[in-house]
Amino acid sequence: MTARQAPHNAAMPAPPLYLPPTSPPLLRSWRRRLLIQGLIAVSLAIGVSGFITLTMGGGYQRNLVFSLCIGGVIQAMVELGRHGLSACRKRLGHRSPQLDAAWPGWALMAPWVVVSALAGQALGHWLGSMITGSPVSLLVGYDNRGMTLVLLLTLALPVLVTYYFWARTQLAHAAARAEAAQRLASENQLRLLQSQLEPHMLFNTLANLRVLIGLDTERAQEMLDRLIAFLRATLAASRSVSHPLSAEFDRVADYLALMAVRMGPRLTVSLDLPDTLRACLVPPLLLQPLVENSIKHGLEPKVDGGRIAVSARRDGDQLVLEVRDTGVGLSGAAGAACTDPAAQGSADGGFGTHQIRARLQALYGSAARFELLRADDGDGGTLARISLPALATPNTDASATTTEAGPR
Amino acid sequence: MSTASTALIAEDEPLLAAGLRADLARLWPALQVVAMVGDGLSATREALQLQPTLCFLDIRMPGQSGLEAAQALAEDWPDGADAPAFPLLVFVTAYDQYALQAFDAQAVDYLVKPVDRARLSACVQRLQARLAERDRAAAASTLANTGAQDPALANTLQQLRALLNLAQAGAEPAPARLRVVQASAGNVLHLVPVDEVIYFEAADKYVRVLTADRELLIRSSLRELLPQLDPQLFWQVHRSLVVRATAISTALRDESGKVFLTLRGRPEKLTASRLYAHLFKGM
Repeated sequence: MTARQAPHNAAMPAPPLYLPPTSPPLLRSWRRRLLIQGLIAVSLAIGVSGFITLTMGGGYQRNLVFSLCIGGVIQAMVELGRHGLSACRKRLGHRSPQLDAAWPGWALMAPWVVVSALAGQALGHWLGSMITGSPVSLLVGYDNRGMTLVLLLTLALPVLVTYYFWARTQLAHAAARAEAAQRLASENQLRLLQSQLEPHMLFNTLANLRVLIGLDTERAQEMLDRLIAFLRATLAASRSVSHPLSAEFDRVADYLALMAVRMGPRLTVSLDLPDTLRACLVPPLLLQPLVENSIKHGLEPKVDGGRIAVSARRDGDQLVLEVRDTGVGLSGAAGAACTDPAAQGSADGGFGTHQIRARLQALYGSAARFELLRADDGDGGTLARISLPALATPNTDASATTTEAGPR
Repeated sequence: MSTASTALIAEDEPLLAAGLRADLARLWPALQVVAMVGDGLSATREALQLQPTLCFLDIRMPGQSGLEAAQALAEDWPDGADAPAFPLLVFVTAYDQYALQAFDAQAVDYLVKPVDRARLSACVQRLQARLAERDRAAAASTLANTGAQDPALANTLQQLRALLNLAQAGAEPAPARLRVVQASAGNVLHLVPVDEVIYFEAADKYVRVLTADRELLIRSSLRELLPQLDPQLFWQVHRSLVVRATAISTALRDESGKVFLTLRGRPEKLTASRLYAHLFKGM
């Protein structure tokens, strides 16, 4: 094998980033939940008994005891059902984050709340009459209107309380998802950085610089400036959501200038950016991975090298960006591992193209496209094409990227 | 040193090649750089033709890696009593992927780019010492020229073997083992159970697949095929030959270290290179 065939990123995958879960310890959260449940049950009972006493009389103390008993039983049954049904569904092999948060779904919970309300009425009454010593039920002595009201309350309140806890799990779930997305984003960012600051590229560039210093100080300084701009752009790319297309072309020009010094006559470069498209906004380092793939998997493995052309054009509402090389091509022996669309996600080239797809999807949805094609004119090689809405500012909602304030 | 030392520099980046040449000229004025090449295939070709004392091989080069160039050189280097000494090898790399520093620099040296002057100077001193030692040994053995293998070469071969193993182990994770070879010839697809294959031979961009009664071509390289074969069953005996071990009938070793193999089921004889001759030893 060649050293090129197993890019070191592929041989040594980035270590998974371990971020500890942010939820509190189980015991603490369990106790807290019980406390909250208890407080809700008690305050509801106080409210309900006050309401009944005011509207229908019957003695506040007695009403409170009955309300506490009925409410307590209902809430206990709802909670038991919630956890029990979730556990049952889990045992049956169902898996979901909601189940993990003890939410079995409304389809099971709605009937269970009704059952709990009715059973709670009966059981609570029995308990209440045991405590107060009066065999009389809470319902006795009320007129029809009062009975309906009490029944409605015993049904509506558990539903409301259950809805409240359901909404809370939904919120927690959404937060967990956002956190996972954030984690994935930072992991991607790190991998992007690693693939950009690839040691072969960096040390070979420095080695060239070292020689150039002795030969041609002016050219050495120019090369160093390019390297600095490249490093700065790479490190800053994660901090902004978009930049003008002209800036993207400048970064590509920096990288290609470094490669041109390294590869000498083996590399011919052409960049074509029409003036009218200079201000178009694009996500930073969108073209960079494509240009790098072209060099690394297309032209570097080819003994005679070749040319690379980066261009932008307008096609209706779309901005079309193309990176074309005359390298070994998609099915070429050495390039197959990385530029083959079928092998995407394998080697680091796969990561680059995968990353572009994911970013386009996140920012533009179906309005953007990315294709990797065999160049069909006589010169062979690979053509990578991105089309995205022209002049449209990328969707800058908070979940996509975070913009950092402060000097760059 | 009886004759002037000569060197070949294989490096695909022109500035780096020129830089190394200039640094060497400063540190070792008597060294004559006889060839500068930019790819692995030219490196092997030029080295075989010019037979330099030293070869500086960049590891990452187009066409063929520095390691593969060294392998080809070791396999094709002339043998016999009056054969020239095998060149001393120095690998050059920007990133020490194979942990070269773990290797004994006495047999195969290495340089990491950017090459600083102190490191290059130490390398030059080691190379000079080894050449001086080789000349002494050669002078001592001129009278008793037995044709036995030069111990320095044996050492170099051993290091190369270890490096090639590392490179192979570091390749992409082995896909599933190949069970059936599928070779298309025109409209017909020929299927051959891999156990029936007697040997595979690299032929340009193809691999020849030979069974007892058939010869097929598959569009692949031996390098891509190797990880899919069971190394216990299929032995690589040359950079372009992989033989099913159970199909080997006899192995005859000649004085130069090469091994000639006869096969069960095929009339032709195969040659195992000196890099793989160690596979054939009595139990």
